[in-house]
Order: sequence, then structure tokens, then C-alpha cells
Amino acid sequence: MSKQPTRTIKVDTLTRVEGEGALYVKLKGDQVQDVKLKIYEPPRFFEAFLRGRHFSEVPDIVARICGICPIAYQMSAVHAIERALGVGIEPSVRLLRRLFYCGEWIESHALHVYMLHAPDFLGYPDAIAMARDHQAIVQQGLRLKKAGNRIVALMGGREIHPISTAVGGFYKAPSKSALKDLVEELKWALDASLATARWVSGLDFPDFEQDYEFVSLRHPGEYPFNEGRIVSNRGLDTDASEYEENFTEQHVQHSNALHSVLRGRDSYMVGPMARFNLNFDKLPDVAQQAARDCGLQVPCRNPFRSIVVRAIELVFACHEALRVIREYEPPPAPRAPALAQASTGQAATEAPRGLLYHRYVLDQSGLIVSAKIVPPTSQNQKRIEEDLWHFVSQVATRPAEEITWKCEQAVRNYDPCISCATHFLRLHLERD
Amino acid sequence: MSSKVRRKPRIAVFKFASCDGCQLSLLDAEDELLGIAGALDIAYFPEASRSMGTGPYEIGLVEGSITTHHDAERIQEVRRQCKTLITIGACATAGGIQALRNWKDVDEFIRIVYATPKFINTLKLSTPVAEHVPVDFELRGCPINKHQLIEVITATLAGRKPNAPTYSVCMECKRKGTVCIAVAQGVACLGPVTQAGCGALCPSFDRGCYACFGPMESPNTGSLSNQLRILGQNNAEITRAFRSFNAWAWQFRKASEESERT
Repeated sequence: MSKQPTRTIKVDTLTRVEGEGALYVKLKGDQVQDVKLKIYEPPRFFEAFLRGRHFSEVPDIVARICGICPIAYQMSAVHAIERALGVGIEPSVRLLRRLFYCGEWIESHALHVYMLHAPDFLGYPDAIAMARDHQAIVQQGLRLKKAGNRIVALMGGREIHPISTAVGGFYKAPSKSALKDLVEELKWALDASLATARWVSGLDFPDFEQDYEFVSLRHPGEYPFNEGRIVSNRGLDTDASEYEENFTEQHVQHSNALHSVLRGRDSYMVGPMARFNLNFDKLPDVAQQAARDCGLQVPCRNPFRSIVVRAIELVFACHEALRVIREYEPPPAPRAPALAQASTGQAATEAPRGLLYHRYVLDQSGLIVSAKIVPPTSQNQKRIEEDLWHFVSQVATRPAEEITWKCEQAVRNYDPCISCATHFLRLHLERD
Repeated sequence: MSSKVRRKPRIAVFKFASCDGCQLSLLDAEDELLGIAGALDIAYFPEASRSMGTGPYEIGLVEGSITTHHDAERIQEVRRQCKTLITIGACATAGGIQALRNWKDVDEFIRIVYATPKFINTLKLSTPVAEHVPVDFELRGCPINKHQLIEVITATLAGRKPNAPTYSVCMECKRKGTVCIAVAQGVACLGPVTQAGCGALCPSFDRGCYACFGPMESPNTGSLSNQLRILGQNNAEITRAFRSFNAWAWQFRKASEESERT
């Protein structure tokens, strides 16, 4: 038998993801020899320079890890610090934080569904090219994204790095009437999200399923944002304070990156698909019905269908935002007092891309002694590579350009945020 | 001789060490994005498109600071490819929050964050783009204001100077009718030394300005430091206040080093 030719698929710059990464796939005949998701985004050392900062500065600093999901960083930080200092928050502050998160999910999911992921399914390089043939759809996506941004800007002053989050609550709580101004647009956004779900459920999905361990928060009464236990479909059920006993980072030779794994088990998936599969029963009826109408079943194991799951979470987030605005009464004080003491606190919240873990150790004057941050993309990285190992062999007979695009699409299934991941990922600069 | 069909000016967006927030501002211009795409050929914008057109470009927007040897070389090539080079945001104009390493031993930072330090390739300093190549316009902010971004692009295409004021946040508070929280409530506020551009957000949310837009044109940081002491801040707190997203901007650098020495 003749020697099988070796082919390499290289994507030097992964596009339509946040941050800088590259992809390298080596094939021998139709056999996958190697898959590397390379991260060349420069490290920024957040955990290091947080040391010595006062706890009250942390929400503003960690927001700068990610311009796409600053609220997620602020939420994990304030909840961890509040747990360290024993600060209890007002019920209406709790509601406001859910609303804030709804805004970020809507903005981030609409961005990903319409501008980053859909162009793959329809064969366009980007949403702007897509708009030439599908103008109404792209305009719907932009308006939906803006509806989420309006919540964030109203509550936080601006869309990116909002300024209102404080340990104990907010610097200023919005009035009831200010929130009411959002209602009409959010009603439109709820309908638009349902339309989004119908639209994306009709896209063509590769026939590809994996047996994932899904990990997300689970709360007894609601679809999770800021509270709940960390659970999986294989029996994990733990508190954030035990996160580091359950999860660990592994050095994988081929990737030069630390991969987060479950101790004694293996890779896992966080994000919309994990949340959806583990918390379907907590979705409101309108979102459950939309999922059924889209043909989504629990568990959904096809990562390409994550675009549909994001659309269902858009339905949820718009519905939840409207519920919060209906129930909201301004708190007596926008934030609870937080007194410095030597302490340690951990928290995990649900960023748009999945579980985001923070731990802070504080000294008696409230300065940070040490910080640990584990972003969702770091946790998904090993799983992304495993998807590629299996997926590439399915498409290995196709032309190189098609394999390349399909691989990029498979990476974008995870909406990876490399900017977030990098301050933690091991980095080895290796470029031609 | 001019061709009948005018070619659209080509714009490129480059990323260095950053959070992606400033380039996201372009996508956050939801109402204007398709209009911008009609007026300009967005030739290179990897966060938004997989088609990556090669240079040269009329306008290059640069986000992020220079923190690796490779990036120090790459910015030279970016400069060669762009007729007008505009830096966007605190990372590109002042080194960003990651410039906090500039006062520390970067090797210690690496050891804190990474298990195997030898794999990390980084420079000792995080520096703004203008320390490496000539920059035609620096747009401030952490993050930038998307309306200012659109103004800068529009002005560049029209060949005029962008309207981006260099006066302080105090001017914006006055114009908004926000009562001065430093005077009325005794809240520490960096507004008097910080460049306008955000719309004086923080004072309207009952908190002091924390200087996202960097130093104003001629900041009196010494006087503000004294005022902060009168409001009860100690030197460590004042040092930290000047050391955030624009810490390496020379006026803030000087102010933080003065309060650190005091």
C-alpha cells in the first residue's frame, strides 16, 4: 500500500472569536494526527496585579479582563468578596443583578448568534456580507443586541465596563420608572428572540454528537445566574468553595496550554448547552415551548446546535428581564456595608460563555492577598480540541478550504473568548 | 484622470494586549454599523470577519498595548500598512491596566500566574503604541466612547481634526448639571485631572471618577493629591487611584510615584 499523504490545516488567525488564537490540524490520509488550539494572545497578569488592591477596586479592575462580558467578571468578583466578608444583599439588589446579567447575555448571545456564528451556517465571511442578502435578519440581530446593551447602559452607565457594580450592591440603584422605559423594547426583543430561535433551528447542522460531561450552576428555583450549586450530568454536586478540590489544571504537551479538567475524570463543557441540559426544567414555559418547537431535546449533544440553545437563552433572558422589571421595588439602600476582615471567599456565576470561578484572599485591611480566576474558555479548551479530533475525521475527505472553515465553525460553537482565557492560559509564542 | 467609481476607503482593526472592548465598540454602534460598512471597506477586522484583506489601508485602528517582542515588531508592520494610524483605548494610548507590571518584577508576576514560567514570552514593560511608532490620533478611554470613535473615523475621512475635547470631566459634570460630589459629599473624585469623553458617568452614579479616560490636557495632580488627603485618603490610596487603566500615562505615573515616595 502506498504511503498516505500528510496534510496540515492551519488557521493562523482564528476569526470571529474574541481574542487571538490559531488552529493547527494535521491529517495523515483521513486520520487525524494532531489538533492544536493555540493561544498567542499576550498574557496580562490580572491575578498578579490584583494583589495589594482594595476589595472595593476589584469589580472595576476585573471588568477589564473582558470587554465582551465585563458584568460576568464583576458578578463573580462581588459575590466572592461578599462571601468572604459575610455581606448579605437586599432581595431587590439580587433582582437587579439578575437583570444586569440578562442585559449582558442578550448583548453577548445576539452578537454571537447573528454576527459570529450564523455567517458560518450561511456561507458568509461576516455579518456585513450576510446583510447584503439578509438585511432584515442582520438588522433584527443588531436591534436585539442593542436591547441587551440598553439594559446594561441604563444600569451601568455604559455598555462596556459599566461603572455601577459595588461590593454589597450598586453605587446607585435605578428607579422603577427608568426600568419601565425598557419594557416596550424588551417585549419586542422577546418576540424577536422567538423569531431568532425559529430561524436558527432551520439551519443545516452537521450530524455530530459527543458524550459530554456538562457543568453549570443549578439553583432550586430559577435558571442560574449568580447562585446555585455546581453540578454535572455525571453526579458532580458541589459548592463554589470546593471548586478547586473538584477541578484541576493539566499540562497537555501538544497544546502548550493548561487545560481545566474534573479531578479523576476528564474534560467537560460549560456554557449555554451545559446550562440548558442541566436546567431545562427551570426555564419559563415560553422558552421550554420554543425549545420543543425548535426540535431541541434534553440532552442536546450536538455542539453545532449551540446556536439554537443560545437563541432559547435569549428568549429566557428577555422574559426574565421583563419579570424582574415587573417585580422590582428600589432597595432601601443601593448597597450593604462591607467591613474589611482577613478572609477568603469563592464564587461562581454564569457568564454568557459558562461558569466563571473567582477566589479572593483578603487581609484585615481589605487588601487582596491572592486572587484566582478561571474563565469559561479555559474550562472549555480541552473539550474544544476533543471535538475537533472527532469532527475532523468526519470531514477529512473534503477539500482543505472546506475542512478549514468547518473546523473554525466547530471552534466557534463554543463562542470562545480568548482574551478572557489568556491571563490564565500557559502561553508559548510559536508563529511562522 | 479619476476613475468613475470611487473606491471605498479601506479600514483595518488590529489587536494587541487588551480586553477586546474597544474594538467591540465598533460592533456596539448597532445603529451606525451598516452605514459605516456602506461608507468604508472594513478590510481587516478578525473579530468580525474571516475574510482578511491585506494592506495597505487608509485607516488603521489599533487596540491594545505592546507587551511582547513579537508585538513590538508587528506594530512596525502595521504602521507601514496604514496611511492614518489611530490608537483606540487606554491600552493602546497608555499601556492599559497591564502596565501595572511596569512597577514590579515581571518575572515574579509570571510566577504568580503561570506554573511553568519559562514558556512565557513577555516584555518587562507594557507600553503604548506611540512609544513604538508615530501615531496620528490617540482616542482615549477604558473603554472608548463609540460616538467619539465614529467622530474620529468621520473626521479622518473628511480630512479635518476630530472633535474630541481634552478638558476635564468636571466640564461634563457642569454641563450635565451634576452636583459636584467631591464638594457636596466629600467623595474622592479624579474628575478634575481626567479627560472628558465618558459623559461624566460616575458622579451621576454617586461615585467618584476613577479616570478611565486618562489625564486631561494640563492636570494639576499635585493639587488634587492634596485635596484627596484632606478628604481622608492616605498615600497608598492616592497611589492606587493614579495607578489604574492609564497608570503609565506620564502625568499619572509622576503623580503616583510622588505619592508613593511621600
